[in-house]
Amino acid sequence: MNFDYSDDQKFLKGEARKFLEARCPASVVRGVLNDDAKSYDADLWKAVAEMGWLGAAIPEQFGGLGLGKIELCAIAEELGRVVAPIPFASTVYFMAEAVMLAGTDQHKGFVLPKIASGEWIGCFATSEGPGAVTPSSIKAVVKDGKLTGTKIPVTDGDCANIAVVLANENGKPGLYFVNLGDAGVQRETLKTLDPTRGVAKLTFKDAGAWRLGGEGDGFALMEQVFDRAAVYLAFEQVGGADRSLEMAKAYALERYAFGRVIASYQAIKHKLADMYVKNELARSNAYYGGWALATDAAELPLAASAARVAASDAFWFASKENIQTHGGMGFTWEVDCHLYYRRAKQLGLVAGGAKVWKERLVSQLERRNAA
Amino acid sequence: MDFNDSSDEAAYREKARAWLSANAKKKRSDASEAMESEDNASMKASKAWQAKKAAGGFAQITWPKEWGGPGGTPIQQVIFNQEEANFDVPPNPFQIGLGMCVPTVMTFADDATKQRYVGPALRGEEIWCQLFSEPAGGSDVAAVRTKAVREGDDWIINGQKVWTTGAQFSDFGIVLVRTDPDLPKHKGMTMFWLDMKAPGVEVKPIHQMSGGSSFNEVYFTDVRLKDSQRLGAVNDGWKTALVTLMNERLAVGGSTGTQYGHILELARGVKTEGGTMLKDGGFREKLADWYVQTEGLKFTRFRTMTALSKGQTPGPESSIGKVIAATQMQDLANAAVEMEDQYGILNDEELSPLKAAFQSSLLFAPGLRIAGGTDEILKNIIAERVLGLPGDIRVDKDVAFKDAPTGR
Repeated sequence: MNFDYSDDQKFLKGEARKFLEARCPASVVRGVLNDDAKSYDADLWKAVAEMGWLGAAIPEQFGGLGLGKIELCAIAEELGRVVAPIPFASTVYFMAEAVMLAGTDQHKGFVLPKIASGEWIGCFATSEGPGAVTPSSIKAVVKDGKLTGTKIPVTDGDCANIAVVLANENGKPGLYFVNLGDAGVQRETLKTLDPTRGVAKLTFKDAGAWRLGGEGDGFALMEQVFDRAAVYLAFEQVGGADRSLEMAKAYALERYAFGRVIASYQAIKHKLADMYVKNELARSNAYYGGWALATDAAELPLAASAARVAASDAFWFASKENIQTHGGMGFTWEVDCHLYYRRAKQLGLVAGGAKVWKERLVSQLERRNAA
Repeated sequence: MDFNDSSDEAAYREKARAWLSANAKKKRSDASEAMESEDNASMKASKAWQAKKAAGGFAQITWPKEWGGPGGTPIQQVIFNQEEANFDVPPNPFQIGLGMCVPTVMTFADDATKQRYVGPALRGEEIWCQLFSEPAGGSDVAAVRTKAVREGDDWIINGQKVWTTGAQFSDFGIVLVRTDPDLPKHKGMTMFWLDMKAPGVEVKPIHQMSGGSSFNEVYFTDVRLKDSQRLGAVNDGWKTALVTLMNERLAVGGSTGTQYGHILELARGVKTEGGTMLKDGGFREKLADWYVQTEGLKFTRFRTMTALSKGQTPGPESSIGKVIAATQMQDLANAAVEMEDQYGILNDEELSPLKAAFQSSLLFAPGLRIAGGTDEILKNIIAERVLGLPGDIRVDKDVAFKDAPTGR
């Protein structure tokens, strides 16, 4: 049994932690939070590109480091701990995974090196309004290689160079590359729950579009991309949840009430124990998702669903109870608790919310048990 | 990150499998775990199975050869447990004795005692029980009031223990008693071993709300013990007890009672206006949560096994298993009987789905949330020993035990 990071992966993770503690303190996150004109931290983005992390899971022939998927999971966990304000998920977990999953060699040769080098920021545009994305929710249309329609919200759509867009062609869903510099693309930056992650409304009017994957495969491909992204996101969420518990613990051990530290009251101890239990279950489910992703296992959809459901729940719980443990101070702008509370919700929704994933999980389970 | 055995582990698994195949029958895939069954027939079968395991070198795998074990590693014990779980073997009434009591005897008793008792216990010929809990001390284990008074070379024991698992069929036990009530709670206790058939020992089964009787009250009336039955120094019993508790078996076992797979099948068969309960959105969300918890626990056990495999000692983090499993058992059983609607009131093996297994779980779950550490105590353990938060304030800490505040 070897159900853990390897020694090399642990070393990489340790180095990533040191790097991010130095390069991404809360002041960097706040630099983006407090500046409406800034959608990400460009210095950190550049530094992360120089570390090679953008191409950690991209094969060497396409400009990446070709380390592997578990290595990327380890990096994701560390990015989640510091709520890194960069378009890493959109570019790496969504765009690069979509290209590696469904792209031709030509697509891969064109797009992946630009992602690995940090030259291009990517985004993944599926939602068009309130409610989960379903085959009937897609109104965007491609005709004669031109895309028309609206996508809202698109995370990192305000800063991305290129998008993969879910749209119908001949009444069938497909995924399409769109160059966001195209004259037919209009972008509008929107206000969000988590301003450390930029969001836009993208309006397309006869914008040039190139299909990624087969005609009519768009919805199924989107789900497969979401499965892959869900695993990486789960590691970010586990990182954020662990950090939230650490913050709550540190505060509870220094804050006095009624003559003793609040960490000595069972109401607080049990709250923190509940956080720990959820975090461990989320970590274990995330590891299984990582294993399924790295080995290309048939169980990936079920494993990814479980990883996502557990991690979304754990981060939400830890981030809200971290504020509660901090009392009134936790509700202030100056204390960092809300950075995690905001990110917990952003990460919990960005590849689809809990209800969608629980449904995906149970439908997989039904199929497995019927077989 | 993988689930593969190392080559040593794989070889051991093969060996265990081969031995099990030669000595036991494969379990049927649809068999469900019995929660309470300890009749005489199964006791005979349990003893025979334990003797076979001891002879084959698969009983107490980590015990040294000196004491009849094969001198194996903790991971080998886990591997054997995993493989044994696939076979139809009798219940194991030896766990507490071999996991906790006998190791305490091995640490603290004199050579003659060890030579006499360790072997028969290992072979399942004699069963041991652990007499710690009392009416006035469940979670607060150190609040023992059963007292021992010295009389020459003997000790006279009077008092009562409760929740003693297996006392009704045990031959021997280890008992924690108060020897000096003028000292603070943790400082005036002493541990002894005793013969459960000795004059003055009376065992009364407890009738559980679930119907069964796995636990007992044990009364001591002027029970006479020799000083040579003492385990550890006089008034040093808490230290001995900590050794006992440290030997608690590795929490790597599976869950008990009805599981998400059972309720999924139940839902498939319960009709609604729109189809079956399996299509109910509220039910599907709950089912997803149970699945995620169950898998989370399973993979947490795999992480514990990984630590064992690398020769590390898993810490108290394994406490999370029972908190989740017991709560889920109650929650899932409740959802199942709710799903059956009025019919769920029935608790009849002939009429209720799955031979009334959900009803059994519903009635057994309250006990599981308490036995072996209540939910609240386990959360304290996580908070204090895993997260390093301060212990609770103890108002009885520096007070003579006889002066400590008590209820009735």
